[in-house]
Amino acid sequence: MAQETAEQRASYPEIDKFYDSLPDKNGALIPVLHKAQEAYGFLSQDVQLYVAHKLGIPASKVYGVATFYSLFNLEKKGSYRVNVCLGTACFVRGSENILNEFEKELGVERSATTKDGLFTIGSIRCVGACGLAPVVMVNDKVYGRVAPEDVKGIVDEYLGKGGE
Amino acid sequence: MSGVSQTRIALRNCGVIDPESINDYIATDGYDALAKAIFTLTPDDVVDIVKKSGLRGRGGAGFPTGIKWETAKKSQSDVKYVLCNADEGDPGAFMDRSVLEGDPHSVLEAMALCGYAIGASQGIIYVRAEYPLAVKRLQIAIDQATDLGLLGENILGSSFSFSLRLYFGAGAFVCGEETSLMNSVQGGRGEPRIKPPFPAVAGLWNKPTNINNVETYANIAPIIRNGWEWFRKFGTEKSPGTKVFALAGKVNNVGLVEVPMGTPLRSIIEGIGGGIRNGRRYKAVQTGGPSGGCIPAEHLDTPIDYESLISLGSMMGSGGMIVMDEDDCMVNIAKFYLTFTAEESCGKCTPCRIGNKRLLEILDRITEGEGTDNDLEELDILGNIIKDTALCGLGQSSPNPAISTLRFFRDEYTAHVKDKRCPAGSCKKLIGFKILADKCTGCTVCARNCPANCISGSIKKVHVIDQEKCIKCGACLEKCRFKAIVRG
Ligand SMILES: Cc1cc2nc3c(=O)[nH]c(=O)nc-3n(C[C@H](O)[C@H](O)[C@H](O)COP(=O)(O)O)c2cc1C
Ligand code: FES
Repeated sequence: MAQETAEQRASYPEIDKFYDSLPDKNGALIPVLHKAQEAYGFLSQDVQLYVAHKLGIPASKVYGVATFYSLFNLEKKGSYRVNVCLGTACFVRGSENILNEFEKELGVERSATTKDGLFTIGSIRCVGACGLAPVVMVNDKVYGRVAPEDVKGIVDEYLGKGGE
Repeated sequence: MSGVSQTRIALRNCGVIDPESINDYIATDGYDALAKAIFTLTPDDVVDIVKKSGLRGRGGAGFPTGIKWETAKKSQSDVKYVLCNADEGDPGAFMDRSVLEGDPHSVLEAMALCGYAIGASQGIIYVRAEYPLAVKRLQIAIDQATDLGLLGENILGSSFSFSLRLYFGAGAFVCGEETSLMNSVQGGRGEPRIKPPFPAVAGLWNKPTNINNVETYANIAPIIRNGWEWFRKFGTEKSPGTKVFALAGKVNNVGLVEVPMGTPLRSIIEGIGGGIRNGRRYKAVQTGGPSGGCIPAEHLDTPIDYESLISLGSMMGSGGMIVMDEDDCMVNIAKFYLTFTAEESCGKCTPCRIGNKRLLEILDRITEGEGTDNDLEELDILGNIIKDTALCGLGQSSPNPAISTLRFFRDEYTAHVKDKRCPAGSCKKLIGFKILADKCTGCTVCARNCPANCISGSIKKVHVIDQEKCIKCGACLEKCRFKAIVRG
């Protein structure tokens, strides 16, 4: 789908602003994708086409880069992104069990989003807080020394807040 | 601390100064080395001092830094680049993060020194987007140094100009490999290319480029300031200086340590690390991350240096040091690393893309109790073929965790294959739990905590586990206060 239309092209002002402000346009693709994801939440097909158009490069190149790097999301994520650290230090301190516990508590598998759109479960690899292993991050908040028993409490903390 | 002394060179300012204040850095002789170089040393002098110091790359391979700089200096070009590898991809390591967050100016000063030495006026720090605080502090540091004329045009009024900017990684382990990193900075997929040409000859945008790791740079200013003879007082003949390790896992004290090269592993783990937690027994220490190996107790007195670790089938790597105890299954650990590398393989070369998948399948079979003797053979043969034929350092080292555990913990592999048993009690398919009739008081705690509802028994009667339904989570074992539940 998605033949790009003039409307679509006009509808991502954050991308325009950022790209136009770059003094050096060489190698701009990854910084632009970072910016686009920050502004629009994820890299939809339309956003990717728009970036390709803006930078004057093939859409396949944009897609190739967007799918290469794990920080880029091609799908919308939940309001709360629960990321369990599966780095080595956390792994040997049982983070796999914590991940299982979240899957059980939220009723979805890893890298999936709950039906209500609130939670996405995922894993990350070492946030550099190995001293606190096992570590869980919910959006930008870090939880250290998490035990399986703590999982329900963490989920409840966000359930209380509702969506964004 | 049992005679083990830490020596802080790379971490000299971490936790000591305010990393967001350039005045703090200057007050501890910061930017002295840069001023000294610009006004009293020629670029050749700087290269010479770094060469004589014997400093070797702290990012993994241990290549002599001075030789790299010399090559970049000799390469003729109008434009050259200085890159800093702050991608810190080893999952379980945070040395570089601490330097970036605790002493960002030490990296900037060193990069400017490198620019002066090799004749470059532009530098880029490739930093993980996962380290937001490091990113913030680096940007503050760059702005402050630029304001004071320590970066930018005509530094300190001299004819030397050097500017710096940040570039953010996007979560790909292979981007720590230098040629991948440069492809990433050029805005593409982070795929490696064959070397030579080396970056010092043709790097970023095909221009001569010097790339070093964060910790390598953190050593530079003190070397220029104090001289190479001073630096060589630390460490060993072939590996001078210190190394920072991120000590983690099953030790009592976790955290960063900086010790002289040549310090025995035992002093770090038992001395600084305070031994194994919860009175368990030491099994192995993993160094070198996904490229390294597991070192057993009989080699704990090995001095830490590049060559010794390689002779043990491991490597220095960037400094991750994960201690494992008797509850860690070495086959499972090998599987953990292979899962990581199979996922992170960029897919460009066949040995790495497909070979690592096959290795992982073998390890999977073994941990599921379906391994055969042939699998052990195959693991070794295939692992070595991948090492010999992969395109970049990722594939050339990814089999190391499997090969090294097979070498030092073969009996554990054999137990999985022959006896269908996991001695560490960690592979779920190969363990079970049972209730000891003479110890069970019938308190019902286990039955109430069992998520699979597979424990039956009434109050004050001995309970039993339905092995068919048991999901082997171990919740009952943890909850039982009478030690009535055992593996078996
Ligand atoms: C798969 C792979 C991952 C790497 N990851 C890193 C890394 O995260 N940080 C780093 O400094 N070097 C890493 N390296 C090593 C770099 O390729 C390069 O050798 C290093 O940046 C050179 O700097 P040095 O000489 O100062 O160590 C990696 C190498 C490979 C093969
Ligand atoms: S391994 Fe989890 S924070 Fe480092």
